[in-house]
Amino acid sequence: MTVTLFVPCFMDALFPQAGISMVHLLERLGHQVVCPEAIACCGQPPFNSGYWAEARSVAGPVLAALKDAEAVVIGSGSCGAMVKIFYPDLFAGTPQAALAAQVAARTWEFSDFLVTKLGVTELGARFPARVTFHDGCHGLRELGIKAAPRALLGKVRGLELIEMKEAETCCGFGGTFATKFPAISTAMGEGKCHSVLETGAEYLVSNDLSCLMHIHGLLSRQGRPLKILHLAEVLVQQ
Amino acid sequence: MNANARQFQEAAQRVTGDLRQRQFIRTALGNYETARDLRKASFQSWESARQTAATTKWQAINHLDTHLQTLAANLEARGTKVHWAGNGAQAREIILGILRDKKARSIIKSKAMTSEEIHLNGALEQAGFEVMESDLGEFIVQLRHETPYHIVFPSMHLTRGQIRELFEKELGATSSDNPEELTMVARRVMRQKYITADIGFTGGNFAIAETGMISITENEGNSRLTAALPKTMVTLIGIEKVLPKLADLALFLPMLATAGAGQTLTCYNTMYGGPRQPGEADGPEEWHVVLLDNRRTELLADAGQRDALHCIRCGACLNVCPIFRNVGGHTYGTTYSGPIGSVITPHLRGLQDWKHLSNASSLCGACTEACPVKIDLHHHLLQNRRNAAVEKPAYWERLGYRIFGIIANDPFFWSLTKKLGRLGQPLHRLVKGATLDPAGAWTRTRDLPPLARVSFKEWWRNRS
Repeated sequence: MTVTLFVPCFMDALFPQAGISMVHLLERLGHQVVCPEAIACCGQPPFNSGYWAEARSVAGPVLAALKDAEAVVIGSGSCGAMVKIFYPDLFAGTPQAALAAQVAARTWEFSDFLVTKLGVTELGARFPARVTFHDGCHGLRELGIKAAPRALLGKVRGLELIEMKEAETCCGFGGTFATKFPAISTAMGEGKCHSVLETGAEYLVSNDLSCLMHIHGLLSRQGRPLKILHLAEVLVQQ
Repeated sequence: MNANARQFQEAAQRVTGDLRQRQFIRTALGNYETARDLRKASFQSWESARQTAATTKWQAINHLDTHLQTLAANLEARGTKVHWAGNGAQAREIILGILRDKKARSIIKSKAMTSEEIHLNGALEQAGFEVMESDLGEFIVQLRHETPYHIVFPSMHLTRGQIRELFEKELGATSSDNPEELTMVARRVMRQKYITADIGFTGGNFAIAETGMISITENEGNSRLTAALPKTMVTLIGIEKVLPKLADLALFLPMLATAGAGQTLTCYNTMYGGPRQPGEADGPEEWHVVLLDNRRTELLADAGQRDALHCIRCGACLNVCPIFRNVGGHTYGTTYSGPIGSVITPHLRGLQDWKHLSNASSLCGACTEACPVKIDLHHHLLQNRRNAAVEKPAYWERLGYRIFGIIANDPFFWSLTKKLGRLGQPLHRLVKGATLDPAGAWTRTRDLPPLARVSFKEWWRNRS
């Protein structure tokens, strides 16, 4: 299968290793990976702020670039939800409505693609460490992904998964919310940091790097840096 | 930023800085969640119960006109006087008119968020009437001259110690911190009022069209006394509280109790069908039901968001909301706080004045997941944001997104942005977290990750 990898803007600029890991994993599984050069952002920031026309000007080129893709894989539950759930709303009543629906149907969040679409959980990974997993809210509630990342982590040799308390509580990132309401966002994040540290895990893993960036940003400022990894970065270890 | 938004930001700053209160609320609502999950498990299928409830409310709201007519006709058939109030001012006038007509002086009141919505207590006191809240939590916040902190748990922000001190100061009563003893203090004060009050005022949880009944749910029995002892009973209820059939309560009563307080059933559930009928020994001689619109019909006209009228005011969305848990109820500055308040307040009180509440959300969706009648709460927050931006865009924000639109999906500009970012990043260290920091809203409490030396796209290009 030819897999079109959509690497979100913050992963491209800040966490390239996650994208590189996804490329390696998909290739190891025998798929051909392509990465459209033109696209970086799904358009979620203007969409979530209510500026739909501006969001369409960002999302339009994405749709065009993904038009002929056999399967689109996104390494973020949040951007995945944007394409899969919100593009059909965003483009409803426009000439691109049908295309938005087609692209949405062919788009997968990374862990969901491996487990649900490909039926793969065993990737031959080995990662001897204590790990806790954070569910990003968009992946969890918009896309309903909870089991897939755990099924994948469950097959990683040497890995001990320690679930945190209040695992389904938001970390407080929320995109522009984090800077529009910094006090609330920080307070929410502090609660999440507490749950994470309580597990005693060495690594915090997620399928959403934006949440990890928030949690890590808080912990780092408090002088308690914790190692963060995208799920793909764990699965690629051998 | 308008005054309401500024008030919200300042209050949020203050409350999130109060670690004791944050911990207190988090613990209390954590306990609620445990109890709720236990009760949910006793439903054969909570999910199909939610679906049935949502369908019933859908039917009720989509045929609200018919159900309201049936309700009014059935109420009137047993001698109840039905009043229609288009807005808060009309509702206050109707109620004041009844009080003057009855030459009343004192009113005993059971819990009603609609009365908070129309600021009834203030209006009554201003007109020279004496009002006492009889729900313990409401009684406490009334003594403190505060509004309810939470739509179901009005005084949940207070410790027993604070309540003891309040009773000492306001009622001259000495007591320990023991909840039972504190309750007895309040009861002694209230019991006198039940007997002497001219008017008993209540809200209502459901209005049953089929039988012309108002269903009231409570844990303290105060509502029953409020309704039963004074000669005149007045009930104020929002028009969206209509349920078509009496049998609907078989689902809605346990659902309200489970979602709202983690109870199997609330302790007292009463159906009021009319004033004292010929041959009956007790009950009020007159019953007035005031049906309140107050811009609910405007929300009804909005096909995309009218499911917000399905709300049964259980408070489940507040209880699970991580924003509510960190900022508390008073921060919102509204009658209805939490996710449902953020959804409906812009409709009830003006979009531009209250749009900040819809922005104050990470859109995590915990509210939607918790809502027993399946209101699409967090997507309505998105819709409110959109409506606000269409009606009155913030020009700087829109300009920012237009520039972003040019940069983000253009390979040349995006690559240039990353390169400039790498150059700028060492300079950022000089101002990080300071007033001059353009990223200050983030960096005051959080570090930013460094830009990668080689971005993914650069890696990909080099590779192929």
